[in-house]
Amino acid sequence: MTVQHDSSVYEEMQASEQFQELRRRYRSWAFPMTVAFLAWYLLYVVLSGFARGFMGTKLLGEINVALVFGVLQFVSTFLIAWAYSRHAAGKLDPLADELRAQVEEKTP
Amino acid sequence: MKHETLATILFLVFVAGTLAITFWASRNTKTATDYYAGGRSFSGVQNGLAIGGDYMSAASFLGIAGIIALSGYDGFLYSIGFLVAWLVALLLVAELMRNSGKFTMADVLAFRMSPRPVRTAAGVSTIVVSIFYLLAQMVGAGALVGLLLGITSDSGKVWTIIAVGLLMVVYVVIGGMKGTTWVQIVKAVMLMTGAALVTLLVLGKFGFNLSSLLGDAATQSGKGDAFLNAGLKYGTEAQGIWGKIDLISLGLALVLGTAGLPHILIRFYTVPTAKDARKSVMWGIGIIGVFYLLTLVLGFGAAAVVGSEKIAAANAAGNTAAPQLAEAIGADIFGEVGGTILLAVIAAVAFATILAVVAGLTLASSSSFAHDLYAHVFKRGEVTDKEEVRVARIAAFVIGAIAIALAIPAQSLNVAFLVALAFAVAASGNLPAILYSLFWKRFNTAGAVSAIYGGLISALVLVIFSPAVSGAKTAMFPDVDFHLIELSNPGIFSIPIGFLCGYLGTIFSKEYNASKYAEIEVRSLTGVGMEKASEH
Repeated sequence: MTVQHDSSVYEEMQASEQFQELRRRYRSWAFPMTVAFLAWYLLYVVLSGFARGFMGTKLLGEINVALVFGVLQFVSTFLIAWAYSRHAAGKLDPLADELRAQVEEKTP
Repeated sequence: MKHETLATILFLVFVAGTLAITFWASRNTKTATDYYAGGRSFSGVQNGLAIGGDYMSAASFLGIAGIIALSGYDGFLYSIGFLVAWLVALLLVAELMRNSGKFTMADVLAFRMSPRPVRTAAGVSTIVVSIFYLLAQMVGAGALVGLLLGITSDSGKVWTIIAVGLLMVVYVVIGGMKGTTWVQIVKAVMLMTGAALVTLLVLGKFGFNLSSLLGDAATQSGKGDAFLNAGLKYGTEAQGIWGKIDLISLGLALVLGTAGLPHILIRFYTVPTAKDARKSVMWGIGIIGVFYLLTLVLGFGAAAVVGSEKIAAANAAGNTAAPQLAEAIGADIFGEVGGTILLAVIAAVAFATILAVVAGLTLASSSSFAHDLYAHVFKRGEVTDKEEVRVARIAAFVIGAIAIALAIPAQSLNVAFLVALAFAVAASGNLPAILYSLFWKRFNTAGAVSAIYGGLISALVLVIFSPAVSGAKTAMFPDVDFHLIELSNPGIFSIPIGFLCGYLGTIFSKEYNASKYAEIEVRSLTGVGMEKASEH
């Protein structure tokens, strides 16, 4: 069951410098990265619709730009996922664990 | 032995095995946490596999391989949208939802808002999205059985739909989330193994030379180099500018829809902590990504080995490309018996795929009915755990019956667009509401309700007056014409409308609860007071 906490504990925590730091670390990584991968994906979709000559350029044998661009979307997805898990484990989890312990101490 | 017999036997083995697991799971399914969230006791890896099993539908396995086999590169566009979408779930949604919610999507929204209107809206949206998706899968099952098991009579197809419907209800009613998750894990392993096996055989045939595989595919498709580039199916040059806008609209719905699909969102509640939720999405991304790369080889392989003409002759949408490829490549390497066995294996895998996905959808919609609409809207939270689970089980029955009743008359209609529509509604209504409630301090009840209904209604209205429903040869109703817009995919309009409605609804309402926002922000980022795993 969820323990009912006194809401002032949360407001206090939210205002604390440490929490603001956690929030900054999370948002300053996740938000720009979301914009970046959405833009990268949309570039791919728009080129698939409007730049078919370019996408059809053959690079190596029958392998063309469209295929390489598509596979690069897979590569970037895997890399971003991996980078996020590194960031979260290194910069977010330790601070989050510490703050959780602090709040749980103050509540019954 | 004929492949139909063997495929039926393999499929029955899968059903028997998963039913045994389901009954075993039911012994540990007592509380609401067990039924809705599998006791939150799955590991990150298990849930990652289940995410794969929940997400990789027959539409992505047979459908995408078929699109690639017939129209080449365009099928790959679908795969990429389906995969990149998981980054939205990973970076913005999975962990924060796990920390702040309990059983359904609405839990996160209702946290700091007036619960009844918000839960009603989220419940309606969950049930609508899930039923669209369910219907597309069940109609697909009816069509597939004819192709794979040689059942071509109309009554045979009706019985298939009924059987699929009954099985999914049994999994959900008896096994709850635990049983459903295990069905999805078993299916994910089967699907990955089957797809990897055929892929290896295809690559082996071409000496692991991708270029020569692509070259043969282009030649055998009869379309030449155009087969290896976008534009044969979506946004063709003949459709002009609207066709291309439609392509972008589809791409937007795919990439933003996943993180708003109710049956995906509830998977994040099945693990003990937010870290496990992160780990499960990481595994999900790995499995789904590899799977779509395999599908690329299967699709081009089918074109190269079987030939597009022969695939189109068997099924106009190309849905049998993967099984046909399995038969051809098996026969090529191991002789005729090998072909029969491989075809049977892939056919059985396809059925397992359908069952696991429809079970996930039934669970999501019945959970939302019981937890959001019944327990919190009708009963205002005055309900015992036991009663809630009982209602959820009844709801699963009713939803199964509704899905069967709708799927039988819909068999002759082209309902393939329903999957894309489900993604569009999820991206236009659910995603704005979720993101605003996690990240926007000012967000409130009016904003949440406006975002969900605004996104849902705009997506539905745009589709009703689109060429997907009337006025085109491939429409749901090809004989009438009341289409007003040239877009089949509503996302490019309905997603901004959903976000805008959420914004306007919020700023025109004075409601604002600072202390509740402090609570959800602290809880979502630190995991304070999160729902624990249940003890057994």
